[in-house]
Amino acid sequence: MAVSKKHTGVRLRYASPRQAAEAAQICIVTVTGADRVGIIAKLAIIMSGANINIVDVNQKVMENYFVMAMAVDITKASADMAKIRKLLDKAAAEMSLNITIQNENIFKAMHRI
Amino acid sequence: MRISVEEVFETVRMTLDHHFDIRTVTLGINLKDCMDRRVDKLAGRMRKRIVEKGKLLNKFADFVEQKYGIPITNRRIAVTPVALLLEPLPRKISAAVKIAKTLDSAAKEADIDFIGGFGAMVQKGMTAADEILIESIPQALSGTQRVCGFLNLASTAAGVNMNAVAKFGHTLKKLAARSKNGIGCTKIAVFANVPEDNPFMAGAHHGIGEPDFSLNIGISGPGVVRDVVSQNPDCDLTKLSEVIKRTVFKITRAGELIGREIAELMKIDFGIVDISLASTTSAGDSVADIIEAMGVRRMGLPGSTAALALLMDAVKKGGAMASGNVGGLSGTFIPISEDAGMIRAVRDGTLNLEKLEALTSVCSVGLDMFAVPGNTDAETLSAIIADELSIGVINNKTTGVRVIPAIGRKAGGIVHFGGLLGSAPVMKVAKTASPEFINRKGRIPSPVQALRN
Repeated sequence: MAVSKKHTGVRLRYASPRQAAEAAQICIVTVTGADRVGIIAKLAIIMSGANINIVDVNQKVMENYFVMAMAVDITKASADMAKIRKLLDKAAAEMSLNITIQNENIFKAMHRI
Repeated sequence: MRISVEEVFETVRMTLDHHFDIRTVTLGINLKDCMDRRVDKLAGRMRKRIVEKGKLLNKFADFVEQKYGIPITNRRIAVTPVALLLEPLPRKISAAVKIAKTLDSAAKEADIDFIGGFGAMVQKGMTAADEILIESIPQALSGTQRVCGFLNLASTAAGVNMNAVAKFGHTLKKLAARSKNGIGCTKIAVFANVPEDNPFMAGAHHGIGEPDFSLNIGISGPGVVRDVVSQNPDCDLTKLSEVIKRTVFKITRAGELIGREIAELMKIDFGIVDISLASTTSAGDSVADIIEAMGVRRMGLPGSTAALALLMDAVKKGGAMASGNVGGLSGTFIPISEDAGMIRAVRDGTLNLEKLEALTSVCSVGLDMFAVPGNTDAETLSAIIADELSIGVINNKTTGVRVIPAIGRKAGGIVHFGGLLGSAPVMKVAKTASPEFINRKGRIPSPVQALRN
């Protein structure tokens, strides 16, 4: 999926970036697909159900195409990554979206020297 | 540390759209301390260690795969070269075959897809145990599913062991005849200057300079590189090299992160990241496609060698910047059967064996996964191997050969291996080439290291 130039400069902001990176296990959830009502609501329900704190959300709608990156803290999650992924996969299938979840360290490793 | 949405989506797109994956995590296991004069004792100790560590490898690889959302496609084990383990055993082929079967069943029990190391270092000469191992190869590799073999037949320091090269031609013919479609031959590669820490099969083994355990990782991502090349259709080659470097930097960093984390969880040493671009049969996951995206109309046409040289160098530069642990083969693989673009080039007639050999002089690992007619004689197979290994010896680099004599097939036909191994078009080669040369045997001396022109 193409990311528009419009996104340049849009940053995910953690409440306290340094502390968050050290103390918490931050994962980045991404959602792409056609826009519809209730995407964030649905994700929020899944997250709260698994005791996952949503730290930050950035989203854009480009020509009815929905692009979102959500930072979540899974330190106190009641489910492991495999279970969380399963829940998100189910939601993705229901809403015909693409949803991914990845530990943020992978983005740091790839995009920061 | 702030990650922009753009950066997030760049990574996500790599995995979702361009097949970025960790191609393999390969656990190196030292088995030297398992040696015994009784084959049963050796087999028992080997099996215990391989099963135990193999299960752990799978467990932690699964965990890290979930954590980072990047597929770890293969989990493999590489062991001490088996010829060493055979040294104290009775000089019987059956003993070597028993060790191969033990490796196979241990790998199966631990759910490890390939286990490498059934091989020998014979670049200068062969011990009795080395000879037994080579003679056991047809039986050992046709009678097992997951075992991979290697032989180091040459090195820049020792030259080319033509006794072993001549012997191996016959071994290969026997192995091809014993396995359906010659699939046994896909599981053995012969080398000049073989790396001791290569995580990729068929040549993976746990070299004698390695610690008790090491965790090596092979990244991939030809699809990712092809995508950035396609997105830059108009830039000059200097800029293109930069673009490739940056991309390879990113995928190498991902590989290193994942490798280090698995090693840490297993409480063992992290070994190396092998930054080779390794194609698969999936659409778009092709090195030939990158060369064509660079502007060469079809792989094998004039320009291919220069394009591949640029690609190879950019991959190494990006990888070397990303990680201090780059090792193994680290370059670009151009297997025929595993790369849809390479297969297409052979079928279109733009790529023949001679051009393939030229391409291997600028890239790792060599003549890989190509089929020749089944009636090609053993001396011709040996001569193909001698040619390729000489390129490695003289140029101080690794080269290898993995050739499949396709029994009952002629040039222009195709053999299907299935799965990751793909399908190999049968390439044209002289039925008889240089028997007198090969049958001279002896050793091609090591080359002079000065006067390098």
